[in-house]
Amino acid sequence: MKKNIFASMFDQKHRSRTVTYLIVIVSYIVLEILMKTGNLSSLFTSLLVPVCAYIVAAIGLNLNVGFSGELNLGQAGFMSVGAFTGICVSGALGGLIPNTVVRLLASLIAGALMAAVFGYLIGVPVLKLQGDYLAIVTLAFGQIIKSVITNIYLGFDGTGFHMSFVDNKVKLEPGGKMLLNGPMGATGTDRIATFTVGVLLILAALVIVYNLIYSRSGRAIMAARDNRIAAESIGISVSKTKMLAFVVSASLAGAAGALFGLNYSTLLPNKFDFNMSILVLVYVVLGGLGNMTGTVTATVILVLLPELLRSLQDYRMLIYAVILISIMLISNNENMKVTAERLKKKLSRKNLKEAGNE
Amino acid sequence: MSEMNNRTPVLKVRDLGIDFGGLTAVNELNMTVYDREIYGLIGPNGAGKTTVFNMLTKVYTPTRGTIELCGVNTEKMNTVDVNKLGAARTFQNIRLFMKLSVLDNVKTGMHNKITYSPLEAVLRTKKYYAQEKEVDEKARELLKIFDLQDSADLIAGNLPYGAQRRLEIARALATEPKLLLLDEPAAGMNPQETAELMDVIRFVRDHFGIAILLIEHDMKLVMGICERITVLNYGMKLAEGTPEEIQADPQVVKAYLGE
Ligand SMILES: Nc1ncnc2c1ncn2[C@@H]1O[C@H](COP(=O)(O)OP(=O)(O)OP(=O)(O)O)[C@@H](O)[C@H]1O
Ligand SMILES: [Mg+2]
Repeated sequence: MKKNIFASMFDQKHRSRTVTYLIVIVSYIVLEILMKTGNLSSLFTSLLVPVCAYIVAAIGLNLNVGFSGELNLGQAGFMSVGAFTGICVSGALGGLIPNTVVRLLASLIAGALMAAVFGYLIGVPVLKLQGDYLAIVTLAFGQIIKSVITNIYLGFDGTGFHMSFVDNKVKLEPGGKMLLNGPMGATGTDRIATFTVGVLLILAALVIVYNLIYSRSGRAIMAARDNRIAAESIGISVSKTKMLAFVVSASLAGAAGALFGLNYSTLLPNKFDFNMSILVLVYVVLGGLGNMTGTVTATVILVLLPELLRSLQDYRMLIYAVILISIMLISNNENMKVTAERLKKKLSRKNLKEAGNE
Repeated sequence: MSEMNNRTPVLKVRDLGIDFGGLTAVNELNMTVYDREIYGLIGPNGAGKTTVFNMLTKVYTPTRGTIELCGVNTEKMNTVDVNKLGAARTFQNIRLFMKLSVLDNVKTGMHNKITYSPLEAVLRTKKYYAQEKEVDEKARELLKIFDLQDSADLIAGNLPYGAQRRLEIARALATEPKLLLLDEPAAGMNPQETAELMDVIRFVRDHFGIAILLIEHDMKLVMGICERITVLNYGMKLAEGTPEEIQADPQVVKAYLGE
């Protein structure tokens, strides 16, 4: 039995999955060691949690865009919903749950659930339609949710939450505190997000998406993407199927947002703008649609790169753009693909031979 | 006809018709297909054969008439409902899930036979493993019938044309239909492949005990395996009968050969 599990970890189909888990776990161990021994710059350290958040949002988006084949231009909107929900939940639970890890987990779950609710409400009308309506509606959602949060004033005291769309209307008992301050966003947030929980969230996101993909739902999601009419002709409800992918994607963005939000003491609603949605989409597209290993590595490289190039000052964005374009050309180049295929075949043949000699 | 009376009808079509704008593509079509029957639907190009399949599977909504599948009127149903009720089809222009493996294409056909929830899939419960094992075995059995067992792990889009056609039938059968609709299953096949296909179609009927309604231009196949045939011309029924009756019908000969 043990041998079986081991073998299945390394068989063709699951090899990339195992590789992804290994990359995440090994990177975590290496980074933790570097951090504990003081070998990690403060800039790099400060980026660890945001990178985790972007990876989780991108993993979710890959389910929606890569596997389900729907364009989603509002992933930052769902991150925003998750972030401010998470911040409020954490703020409200501050006295109740002193343990920050438990409070963080509760906030992540709350962020995921709230984003899932928004995803569902958007999905109900839109996913019944065929065509690129989801792109338009998620784009609008991202903009609208930003404006809405910019106008929310929310406080919490002994008697519960108090909300208003006008600043001075929120009257709190002594000991109460403001959680959301309209355009100023969230201030004085407990920074309870940690790198370890971030990595655990990545692993959870990978388990959720991989396990979904290699199941009834995953096959249906890809079938509906490849051929809508054929999928319906064998009894697959295309709108239900696309809804599942969309809601899971939104909820992962929600959890990612909560992790992101609880990493800063101040967070402006403007942070989650259209640019951020596009960035997450770029990570997914450059990493390869439907390729989780690619999503994880592309996100890491593309989040860190502009920061690491900071010393080059004005040339920074120029080099960033050149690298982006090169990745695009290389990953979509037919010759490169053929060469990669050949390399793969050669390697696997070698492996086979070695295995045969033993 | 007396022999037919002992069998239950799987499909009853009454006065079926559809208009596309000003064009009447199918009109006044009456047809009954019985249990375990192999039934042919033939006619010149553009006669409306595929349109009939599209109405039966609710890809198109008929303008007139009724369709009764397994004794149930399908008027208010959509494509998914019709499949759940018992009709599965293949397509004239192949519609496989081209990026999925051959095996996964068949497994998608068992979508509604699987009862574990997405949450159970994520948590990898016992039920997930048990049902996936069953699905895997059943899918491989189906592939064997269509001589595709060695291609199970290939990407469907990389299969040769004839194999893609056979895979589409396997996928349709995976939904365990009572009526199988085949739209030009032999198109693009060589005589050798066509001969094998005829054996497979007969085997499928006997093995699964289902009715098969097929559209085909290859007359050797149609006359070889169909028990009854309906001939469509310009959307109207031109003739109906056994292969012998159809071949002897002067109107059919005229429609096919022209004046
Ligand atoms: N969606 C549609 N809109 C308009 N006209 C259509 C549509 N679908 C089919 N038609 C028309 O209906 C008629 C019948 O087409 P159909 O595809 O059913 O023919 P067929 O008998 O299957 O022909 P073939 O043997 O070439 O496959 C044709 O004139 C076609 O142009
Ligand atoms: Mg046709």
